[in-house]
This record gives sequence, structure tokens and C-alpha cells, in this order.
Amino acid sequence: MEEEQVKVLNLWASTFGMRVLIGLEEKGVKYEYQEENLSSKSELLLQMNPVHKKIPALIHNGKPVCESLIILEYIDEAWASSNPFMPSNAYDRARARFWADFVDKKVYDNGAALIMKCKGEAQEEAKRNMLEYLGLLEGALDELSGGIKPYFGGEQFGFMDIVFIPFASWFLAWETMGDWKIPLDTQFPRLYEWVNVCLERESVKKILPHPEMVAEFAVQMRKRFLGSD
Amino acid sequence: MAKMGQGEEQAKVLSLWVSPFSMRVLIGLEEKGVRYECQEENLDPKSELLLQMNPIHKTVPVLIHNGKPVNESLIILEYIDETWPTSNPLMPSNPYDRAVVRFWADFLNKKFFKDAFYGILKTEGEALEEGKRYMLKYLGYLEGELSAGRGKPYLGGEQFGYLDIAFIPYASWFHSLETIGKWKIPWESEFPRLQQWMKKCMQRESVKKNPPGPS
Repeated sequence: MEEEQVKVLNLWASTFGMRVLIGLEEKGVKYEYQEENLSSKSELLLQMNPVHKKIPALIHNGKPVCESLIILEYIDEAWASSNPFMPSNAYDRARARFWADFVDKKVYDNGAALIMKCKGEAQEEAKRNMLEYLGLLEGALDELSGGIKPYFGGEQFGFMDIVFIPFASWFLAWETMGDWKIPLDTQFPRLYEWVNVCLERESVKKILPHPEMVAEFAVQMRKRFLGSD
Repeated sequence: MAKMGQGEEQAKVLSLWVSPFSMRVLIGLEEKGVRYECQEENLDPKSELLLQMNPIHKTVPVLIHNGKPVNESLIILEYIDETWPTSNPLMPSNPYDRAVVRFWADFLNKKFFKDAFYGILKTEGEALEEGKRYMLKYLGYLEGELSAGRGKPYLGGEQFGYLDIAFIPYASWFHSLETIGKWKIPWESEFPRLQQWMKKCMQRESVKKNPPGPS
């Protein structure tokens, strides 16, 4: 029997990459890991993702799959016999996909990315956005789980849990860059509880980097975006 | 509200006639032979129903099925495919092919729409020239998809499907983009497969039924 070849091209601090790795761990898939230097991208990365030239990229038996949400669904379908991520009915799948898209378009594009790249009023606005989005996700946790704890997937750790939990490793980084505290435990208690439960999962414990390391990385990246302070 | 007969679905689409995203949903429903009602939205002001069914993004299209909303055109297309699975599958069946069509559809939303489509529609001067360059580059990617392997008739493979539906609404805009940009897209020399593909798609009932955007 031919052995499966699975390789992940990634950057250790990337929330998008973490999704892929958690997904593979959850499925018990053995994979090879390659750390990319984004200022000097490998030939393999440029060949496997010529359109976006971004990580993460999953290479399965030599064939590339790109874009973290697409990779997650691929992982779920390619290794269908264990631990399904996606909800079983079409409507719940559509809602999970909607919220995953929301995390990318709003939490990341309109929140996290701007907290890193902006200062002054623009950064303040990004912080306000972030609080609004966390509030919406607090509601989404109830909607998607049908009120069943502890996960977005209800009793099952699933797609939307994998999509969002990587961001927990970035909370300290956002706080540091924005010189503020995210009131998770007081204003978003369901999310706070959810984060703590997820952090007990083997896959999450293994993959999520230490928040302090992420914060240090983020501060350096921010310095490069803004020039010297 | 009228009583539903056996097996009769009740689907409603909140739509904007000129939007390629709305067109995707209507074509998808037509391909599946689903009976639906289309409510044309005037985006200023937005209807109560739209604000209720899509409170977060407040955008069209929205598919309302059995009273429940589905948002985002690509998500709606997969929902349509999964909900009415017995006729005309829109998605490929194997996981890798599914990942490929999802990748290109996502590319259309993330890059094609912003850099190429809006890059021509909403700009002028050097930005417009850059938009045209993006258009040529991205059409090249899609031409490459049609040429892959031994060539394929549709973007999704042998059958008209999800990725074809995701892209065909833009086809009705190319003539306008040429007029606005004062240029001609070199279809015959650079993108002959795409040109053939467009002609084939335009002959489908589902596509004919949805009128092109601008004249």
C-alpha cells in the first residue's frame, strides 16, 4: 500500500497555518512540516502556491491545496473515516462556513490586521471592531452549538472551533500592540470558557504557540510595518 | 401564505439584478430546477427582510429556504448543491477536485473581483492600466485551468458546475469593461478556450434566463 505523503508549508505564528495543523492532528494524519521564511520564500512554496505565494500550503501526495478554510474541508473529506469536522446537515454547514468567512473577513482583515498595521485613530477603530466581532462570535457560539456546550460544534470539536481557536494565541499580541486589555472573561464569558476548554485538547496544546512568543513576533512585525517608533 | 404541495420547496432569493454574486445563486437554482421567488432589492434603502436575514453584512444575495437565511454566494451554491442533490451535481465528487474549484472560486472573490473587475470599473489613469494588467494575468490563470491535462470543456471539468457558475456572471460584463477601459481583450489570441467556454455557457437555459448585467 502506497504511503500517504503529507507536507505542510507554514509560518509558526500564522493562525491560518495553525488551523491546518490542528486539523491534521485531529485526524491523526502524519505529516512533514516545513517552516517558511516569508522574506525568502522557498521554491517549493512558489511552485505549490503560485497564485497567492502564501502559507499555509498542504501538499498531499505531491498535489497542493491552498487557503486554510479550503484545506480544512479537504482534510475532512480526504480523511473522512475519522473525527468529522463539518456538521452533518447542509444548513448547519452553511452557517459554519458563514462564520468561518466572517472570522477571515472581519476578525482578521478588519480587526487583527489593522491592529498590527495601524496607529492612532485607525488602530482605535480596529480595536472597537474587534470587540464588536467578539460579541458576534459570542452569539455565534450559541447559534452553531444549539446551546450545547462546550464547542461551536456542540459536543464535537469541529470546523468552526478549529477555525477560531488559533486566534486565542494572538490575544496577548493584540493587547500588546494596542496597549489595551481584551475583556474576554467579563464581556465574552462563553468565549472565555470555550477557549479554556479548547486549550485542554491535545491537538490545540501541541500546535498553539505560547502567547508571549507570538506577542514578541507581532511587535517585531509591527515595527517593520510602521518603521521605527 | 399559500400551502405548500408535497415536495414543493419554498425558496426566496433577495437579489440585485446587476450583481454577479446574485446571478450565481439564480443560475444555481435554475440548474437544479428549484422553484423560487426572486425579490429585487433596492440597496438604498435596504428592505426589512434583508436586514433581518443578513444583519451582519447587509448584502445580497441571500437565499431564504424554509424561512432560514443562507448568505454569501459561494456558500449558497454549495448549500443548493447539498440540499437538492438528486439533480445535476454542481460540485465534483472527489475531495481534491472539490478543493481546486473552491480555490478558484475563492480567487475570483478575493483577487479577480477586486483587482481586475473593480480595477477597471472603478478606476482611471495608471490604476486603470494596472487593472487591465491584472485582468489579462487572471484570465490567463483561468485559460490555464481549461487547458490543464488534455483540456476540459468547463472550468470544473466535464460538467458545467460550481466554478463555471461562479465565473459566468462576469462574462456579461466584459463588453462593458472593454468600453470603459477603451481596449479589447485579446480573446482569440490569448484566451481562445475561455472564449469557447463563454459561448457554451451562454447557451445554457439557466444562464440565458438570467439577463446580463449592463447593456
